[in-house]
Amino acid sequence: MLDIGLAHYLVVSAILFVLGVFGIFMNRKNVIVILMSVELILLSVNLNLVAFSAQLGDLTGQVFAMFILTVAAAEAAIGLAIVVIYFRNRGSIEVEDISTLKG
Amino acid sequence: MIAGLAFYFFAFILIAAAVMVVTARNPVHSVIWLIAAFFNAAALFLIAGAEFLAMILVIVYVGAVAVLFLFVVMMLDVDFAQLREGVQRYAPIGAVVGGILFLELLLVLSVWRFAPDAAALRMAPMPEGVTNTEAIGRILYTDHIYLFQISGLILLVAMIGAIVLTLRDRPGTKRQDVGAQIARSSAVAMARPELGEGIRREDILRPLPPPAKEAPKPVTHEGGHH
Repeated sequence: MLDIGLAHYLVVSAILFVLGVFGIFMNRKNVIVILMSVELILLSVNLNLVAFSAQLGDLTGQVFAMFILTVAAAEAAIGLAIVVIYFRNRGSIEVEDISTLKG
Repeated sequence: MIAGLAFYFFAFILIAAAVMVVTARNPVHSVIWLIAAFFNAAALFLIAGAEFLAMILVIVYVGAVAVLFLFVVMMLDVDFAQLREGVQRYAPIGAVVGGILFLELLLVLSVWRFAPDAAALRMAPMPEGVTNTEAIGRILYTDHIYLFQISGLILLVAMIGAIVLTLRDRPGTKRQDVGAQIARSSAVAMARPELGEGIRREDILRPLPPPAKEAPKPVTHEGGHH
Protein backbone atom coordinates (compact mmCIF):
# COMPACT_ATOMS: atom_id res chain seq x y z
CA MET A 1 0.00 0.00 0.00
CA LEU A 2 2.73 2.43 0.94
CA ASP A 3 4.96 1.23 -1.84
CA ILE A 4 4.49 3.85 -4.51
CA GLY A 5 4.45 2.52 -8.03
CA LEU A 6 3.39 3.59 -11.48
CA ALA A 7 -0.28 2.78 -10.84
CA HIS A 8 -0.56 5.34 -8.06
CA TYR A 9 0.70 8.11 -10.31
CA LEU A 10 -1.56 7.02 -13.13
CA VAL A 11 -4.63 7.08 -10.90
CA VAL A 12 -3.82 10.55 -9.56
CA SER A 13 -3.19 11.75 -13.09
CA ALA A 14 -6.45 10.24 -14.32
CA ILE A 15 -8.40 11.95 -11.53
CA LEU A 16 -6.72 15.25 -12.35
CA PHE A 17 -7.52 14.85 -16.05
CA VAL A 18 -11.16 14.07 -15.34
CA LEU A 19 -11.40 17.05 -13.02
CA GLY A 20 -10.08 19.26 -15.79
CA VAL A 21 -12.64 17.95 -18.25
CA PHE A 22 -15.36 18.36 -15.64
CA GLY A 23 -14.24 21.94 -15.06
CA ILE A 24 -14.54 22.73 -18.76
CA PHE A 25 -18.10 21.44 -18.79
CA MET A 26 -19.09 23.04 -15.52
CA ASN A 27 -17.77 26.56 -16.14
CA ARG A 28 -18.97 26.79 -19.68
CA LYS A 29 -19.43 30.53 -19.53
CA ASN A 30 -16.19 31.60 -17.92
CA VAL A 31 -13.26 31.51 -20.32
CA ILE A 32 -10.68 32.09 -17.59
CA VAL A 33 -11.73 29.06 -15.58
CA ILE A 34 -11.79 27.02 -18.78
CA LEU A 35 -8.18 28.04 -19.43
CA MET A 36 -7.33 27.00 -15.87
CA SER A 37 -8.98 23.64 -16.47
CA VAL A 38 -6.84 23.21 -19.58
CA GLU A 39 -3.80 23.90 -17.42
CA LEU A 40 -4.95 21.16 -15.04
CA ILE A 41 -5.29 18.72 -17.93
CA LEU A 42 -1.80 19.55 -19.16
CA LEU A 43 -0.50 19.09 -15.63
CA SER A 44 -2.01 15.61 -15.48
CA VAL A 45 -0.36 14.75 -18.77
CA ASN A 46 2.95 15.93 -17.38
CA LEU A 47 2.43 13.79 -14.30
CA ASN A 48 1.86 10.78 -16.54
CA LEU A 49 5.00 11.45 -18.53
CA VAL A 50 7.13 11.89 -15.44
CA ALA A 51 5.73 8.75 -13.83
CA PHE A 52 6.49 6.66 -16.90
CA SER A 53 9.90 8.26 -17.19
CA ALA A 54 10.72 7.34 -13.60
CA GLN A 55 9.37 3.83 -13.98
CA LEU A 56 11.22 3.03 -17.20
CA GLY A 57 14.38 4.95 -16.38
CA ASP A 58 14.03 6.85 -19.64
CA LEU A 59 14.75 10.58 -19.59
CA THR A 60 12.90 11.33 -22.82
CA GLY A 61 9.64 11.54 -20.91
CA GLN A 62 10.96 14.37 -18.78
CA VAL A 63 12.28 16.23 -21.81
CA PHE A 64 8.88 15.87 -23.43
CA ALA A 65 7.19 17.13 -20.27
CA MET A 66 9.39 20.21 -20.46
CA PHE A 67 8.26 20.92 -24.01
CA ILE A 68 4.66 20.53 -22.89
CA LEU A 69 5.36 23.07 -20.17
CA THR A 70 6.70 25.47 -22.80
CA VAL A 71 3.69 25.09 -25.04
CA ALA A 72 1.33 25.44 -22.08
CA ALA A 73 2.96 28.72 -21.09
CA ALA A 74 2.66 30.04 -24.65
CA GLU A 75 -0.95 28.90 -24.83
CA ALA A 76 -1.82 30.61 -21.57
CA ALA A 77 -0.23 33.86 -22.69
CA ILE A 78 -2.02 33.93 -26.04
CA GLY A 79 -5.32 32.79 -24.57
CA LEU A 80 -5.29 35.44 -21.89
CA ALA A 81 -4.33 38.10 -24.45
CA ILE A 82 -7.34 37.09 -26.54
CA VAL A 83 -9.55 37.21 -23.45
CA VAL A 84 -8.30 40.71 -22.66
CA ILE A 85 -8.94 42.14 -26.13
CA TYR A 86 -12.29 40.37 -26.29
CA PHE A 87 -13.28 41.93 -23.01
CA ARG A 88 -12.08 45.31 -24.24
CA ASN A 89 -14.30 45.08 -27.29
CA ARG A 90 -17.40 43.48 -25.81
CA GLY A 91 -17.30 44.07 -22.10
CA SER A 92 -17.94 40.42 -21.34
CA ILE A 93 -16.08 37.14 -21.45
CA GLU A 94 -19.00 34.81 -22.02
CA VAL A 95 -18.09 31.90 -24.23
CA GLU A 96 -21.45 31.92 -25.94
CA ASP A 97 -20.89 35.43 -27.24
CA ILE A 98 -17.58 34.42 -28.76
CA SER A 99 -19.39 32.35 -31.37
CA THR A 100 -20.15 35.64 -33.08
CA LEU A 101 -16.48 36.04 -33.98
CA LYS A 102 -17.04 35.06 -37.59
CA GLY A 103 -14.43 36.29 -39.99
CA MET B 1 7.50 4.37 3.83
CA ILE B 2 8.05 8.09 4.25
CA ALA B 3 7.89 8.55 0.49
CA GLY B 4 4.62 6.62 0.39
CA LEU B 5 3.04 8.75 3.10
CA ALA B 6 4.30 11.90 1.42
CA PHE B 7 2.87 10.73 -1.89
CA TYR B 8 -0.59 10.22 -0.41
CA PHE B 9 -0.40 13.54 1.39
CA PHE B 10 0.57 15.56 -1.68
CA ALA B 11 -1.73 13.64 -4.00
CA PHE B 12 -4.69 14.26 -1.72
CA ILE B 13 -3.99 17.99 -1.52
CA LEU B 14 -3.42 18.11 -5.27
CA ILE B 15 -6.79 16.57 -6.02
CA ALA B 16 -8.57 18.67 -3.40
CA ALA B 17 -7.00 21.81 -4.87
CA ALA B 18 -8.04 20.76 -8.37
CA VAL B 19 -11.61 20.27 -7.16
CA MET B 20 -11.55 23.74 -5.67
CA VAL B 21 -10.17 25.21 -8.91
CA VAL B 22 -13.16 24.03 -10.91
CA THR B 23 -15.82 24.67 -8.26
CA ALA B 24 -14.73 27.92 -6.60
CA ARG B 25 -17.21 30.74 -6.99
CA ASN B 26 -14.61 33.46 -7.24
CA PRO B 27 -12.03 33.10 -10.05
CA VAL B 28 -9.39 34.70 -7.83
CA HIS B 29 -9.83 31.79 -5.43
CA SER B 30 -9.58 29.46 -8.42
CA VAL B 31 -6.19 30.90 -9.29
CA ILE B 32 -4.97 30.57 -5.72
CA TRP B 33 -6.06 26.93 -5.63
CA LEU B 34 -4.36 26.42 -8.99
CA ILE B 35 -1.13 27.65 -7.45
CA ALA B 36 -1.59 25.16 -4.60
CA ALA B 37 -2.18 22.39 -7.13
CA PHE B 38 1.03 23.29 -8.97
CA PHE B 39 3.05 23.22 -5.77
CA ASN B 40 1.74 19.79 -4.86
CA ALA B 41 2.31 18.49 -8.36
CA ALA B 42 5.90 19.70 -8.05
CA ALA B 43 6.19 17.70 -4.84
CA LEU B 44 4.92 14.62 -6.66
CA PHE B 45 7.53 15.22 -9.35
CA LEU B 46 10.16 15.35 -6.64
CA ILE B 47 9.00 12.01 -5.23
CA ALA B 48 9.21 10.53 -8.72
CA GLY B 49 12.80 11.76 -8.97
CA ALA B 50 12.31 14.55 -11.51
CA GLU B 51 13.88 17.38 -9.56
CA PHE B 52 14.55 19.66 -12.50
CA LEU B 53 10.99 19.49 -13.76
CA ALA B 54 9.67 20.11 -10.26
CA MET B 55 11.66 23.32 -10.00
CA ILE B 56 10.67 24.34 -13.52
CA LEU B 57 7.05 23.72 -12.60
CA VAL B 58 7.31 26.01 -9.60
CA ILE B 59 9.17 28.72 -11.50
CA VAL B 60 7.25 28.69 -14.77
CA TYR B 61 3.77 27.77 -13.63
CA VAL B 62 3.57 29.40 -10.23
CA GLY B 63 5.88 32.27 -11.04
CA ALA B 64 4.63 33.14 -14.50
CA VAL B 65 1.46 31.46 -15.65
CA ALA B 66 -0.51 31.60 -12.41
CA VAL B 67 0.50 35.21 -11.82
CA LEU B 68 -0.58 36.00 -15.38
CA PHE B 69 -3.96 34.44 -14.62
CA LEU B 70 -4.17 36.45 -11.43
CA PHE B 71 -3.42 39.69 -13.26
CA VAL B 72 -6.02 39.04 -15.92
CA VAL B 73 -8.70 37.97 -13.44
CA MET B 74 -8.18 41.06 -11.35
CA MET B 75 -7.86 43.38 -14.35
CA LEU B 76 -11.13 42.41 -16.00
CA ASP B 77 -14.14 44.02 -14.43
CA VAL B 78 -16.48 41.10 -14.97
CA ASP B 79 -19.57 40.15 -13.04
CA PHE B 80 -18.42 36.67 -12.15
CA ALA B 81 -21.63 35.78 -10.35
CA GLN B 82 -23.48 36.22 -13.61
CA LEU B 83 -21.03 33.92 -15.35
CA ARG B 84 -21.94 31.11 -12.98
CA GLU B 85 -25.58 31.09 -13.90
CA GLY B 86 -25.73 27.86 -15.84
CA VAL B 87 -23.59 25.82 -13.45
CA GLN B 88 -26.47 23.76 -12.09
CA ARG B 89 -27.50 22.95 -15.63
CA TYR B 90 -24.04 22.03 -16.89
CA ALA B 91 -22.67 20.20 -13.85
CA PRO B 92 -24.62 16.92 -14.41
CA ILE B 93 -23.47 16.77 -18.04
CA GLY B 94 -19.90 17.36 -16.95
CA ALA B 95 -20.21 14.73 -14.22
CA VAL B 96 -21.55 12.15 -16.68
CA VAL B 97 -18.85 12.84 -19.26
CA GLY B 98 -16.15 12.92 -16.60
CA GLY B 99 -17.41 9.71 -15.03
CA ILE B 100 -17.42 7.89 -18.34
CA LEU B 101 -13.94 9.17 -19.11
CA PHE B 102 -12.68 8.08 -15.69
CA LEU B 103 -14.17 4.59 -16.09
CA GLU B 104 -12.50 4.28 -19.47
CA LEU B 105 -9.18 5.37 -18.06
CA LEU B 106 -9.51 2.85 -15.22
CA LEU B 107 -10.35 0.11 -17.75
CA VAL B 108 -7.22 0.94 -19.70
CA LEU B 109 -5.22 1.04 -16.49
CA SER B 110 -6.41 -2.37 -15.34
CA VAL B 111 -5.45 -4.34 -18.45
CA TRP B 112 -2.46 -2.33 -19.61
CA ARG B 113 1.10 -3.64 -19.25
CA PHE B 114 4.58 -2.81 -20.53
CA ALA B 115 5.82 -4.39 -23.74
CA PRO B 116 8.32 -7.19 -23.00
CA ASP B 117 11.15 -5.34 -24.73
CA ALA B 118 10.25 -1.93 -23.33
CA ALA B 119 13.55 -1.67 -21.47
CA ALA B 120 15.47 -2.24 -24.69
CA LEU B 121 13.45 0.40 -26.55
CA ARG B 122 14.34 3.29 -24.27
CA MET B 123 15.56 6.37 -26.12
CA ALA B 124 17.68 7.86 -23.35
CA PRO B 125 18.31 5.58 -20.37
CA MET B 126 19.10 7.45 -17.17
CA PRO B 127 22.87 7.55 -16.71
CA GLU B 128 24.29 6.37 -13.40
CA GLY B 129 25.90 8.75 -10.95
CA VAL B 130 24.60 11.91 -12.63
CA THR B 131 22.06 14.30 -11.19
CA ASN B 132 18.72 14.62 -12.86
CA THR B 133 19.39 18.16 -14.07
CA GLU B 134 22.71 17.25 -15.63
CA ALA B 135 21.27 14.18 -17.28
CA ILE B 136 18.46 16.22 -18.83
CA GLY B 137 20.93 18.83 -19.98
CA ARG B 138 23.07 16.21 -21.64
CA ILE B 139 20.29 15.00 -23.90
CA LEU B 140 18.34 18.24 -24.22
CA TYR B 141 21.17 20.15 -25.88
CA THR B 142 22.35 17.28 -28.04
CA ASP B 143 19.67 14.83 -29.09
CA HIS B 144 16.77 17.23 -28.83
CA ILE B 145 18.44 20.45 -29.88
CA TYR B 146 16.01 21.10 -32.75
CA LEU B 147 13.01 20.61 -30.49
CA PHE B 148 14.64 22.92 -27.99
CA GLN B 149 15.11 25.63 -30.60
CA ILE B 150 11.57 25.19 -31.87
CA SER B 151 10.18 25.57 -28.37
CA GLY B 152 12.13 28.79 -28.03
CA LEU B 153 10.62 29.94 -31.31
CA ILE B 154 7.15 29.07 -30.02
CA LEU B 155 7.74 31.23 -26.97
CA LEU B 156 8.97 34.10 -29.15
CA VAL B 157 5.91 33.89 -31.40
CA ALA B 158 3.64 33.73 -28.36
CA MET B 159 5.32 36.78 -26.86
CA ILE B 160 5.06 38.84 -30.05
CA GLY B 161 1.52 37.64 -30.59
CA ALA B 162 0.41 38.62 -27.12
CA ILE B 163 2.01 42.05 -27.48
CA VAL B 164 0.50 42.66 -30.91
CA LEU B 165 -2.93 41.51 -29.75
CA THR B 166 -3.11 43.71 -26.71
CA LEU B 167 -1.31 46.79 -28.04
CA ARG B 168 -3.59 49.72 -28.70
CA ASP B 169 -3.19 53.44 -29.14
CA ARG B 170 -5.64 55.30 -27.02
CA PRO B 171 -7.08 58.48 -28.49
CA GLY B 172 -6.43 61.57 -26.45
CA THR B 173 -3.02 60.70 -25.12
CA LYS B 174 -0.26 63.22 -25.76
CA ARG B 175 2.81 61.83 -27.43
CA GLN B 176 5.88 63.32 -29.00
CA ASP B 177 5.26 63.88 -32.71
CA VAL B 178 8.70 63.73 -34.24
CA GLY B 179 7.50 64.52 -37.77
CA ALA B 180 5.76 67.69 -36.66
CA GLN B 181 8.81 68.79 -34.74
CA ILE B 182 11.11 68.38 -37.70
CA ALA B 183 8.70 70.01 -40.15
CA ARG B 184 8.33 73.08 -37.97
CA SER B 185 8.55 76.33 -39.97
CA SER B 186 10.99 79.07 -39.11
CA ALA B 187 8.18 81.40 -38.01
CA VAL B 188 8.66 79.99 -34.57
CA ALA B 189 12.24 80.56 -33.62
CA MET B 190 14.22 79.50 -30.67
CA ALA B 191 15.29 82.46 -28.57
CA ARG B 192 18.77 82.53 -27.17
CA PRO B 193 18.74 84.93 -24.22
CA GLU B 194 21.84 86.35 -22.64
CA LEU B 195 22.87 84.80 -19.42
CA GLY B 196 21.47 86.59 -16.42
CA GLU B 197 19.29 88.92 -18.49
CA GLY B 198 16.42 86.72 -19.28
CA ILE B 199 14.37 86.82 -22.39
CA ARG B 200 13.08 90.05 -23.87
CA ARG B 201 9.44 90.66 -23.46
CA GLU B 202 8.58 90.77 -27.18
CA ASP B 203 10.06 87.36 -27.77
CA ILE B 204 7.35 85.56 -25.96
CA LEU B 205 3.68 85.71 -26.36
CA ARG B 206 2.26 86.44 -22.97
CA PRO B 207 -1.38 86.35 -22.13
CA LEU B 208 -2.85 89.74 -21.42
CA PRO B 209 -2.78 90.65 -17.76
CA PRO B 210 -6.14 90.12 -16.13
CA PRO B 211 -8.26 93.28 -15.86
CA ALA B 212 -7.89 95.06 -12.62
CA LYS B 213 -10.71 94.24 -10.28
CA GLU B 214 -12.67 97.01 -8.74
CA ALA B 215 -11.92 97.49 -5.17
CA PRO B 216 -14.70 96.10 -3.01
CA LYS B 217 -17.05 98.69 -1.67
CA PRO B 218 -16.05 99.67 1.79
CA VAL B 219 -18.70 98.76 4.31
CA THR B 220 -19.97 101.69 6.20
CA HIS B 221 -21.44 101.48 9.59
CA GLU B 222 -22.98 104.89 9.76
CA GLY B 223 -26.38 103.84 10.91
CA GLY B 224 -25.11 102.09 13.94
CA HIS B 225 -26.29 98.58 14.60
CA HIS B 226 -29.07 97.20 12.46
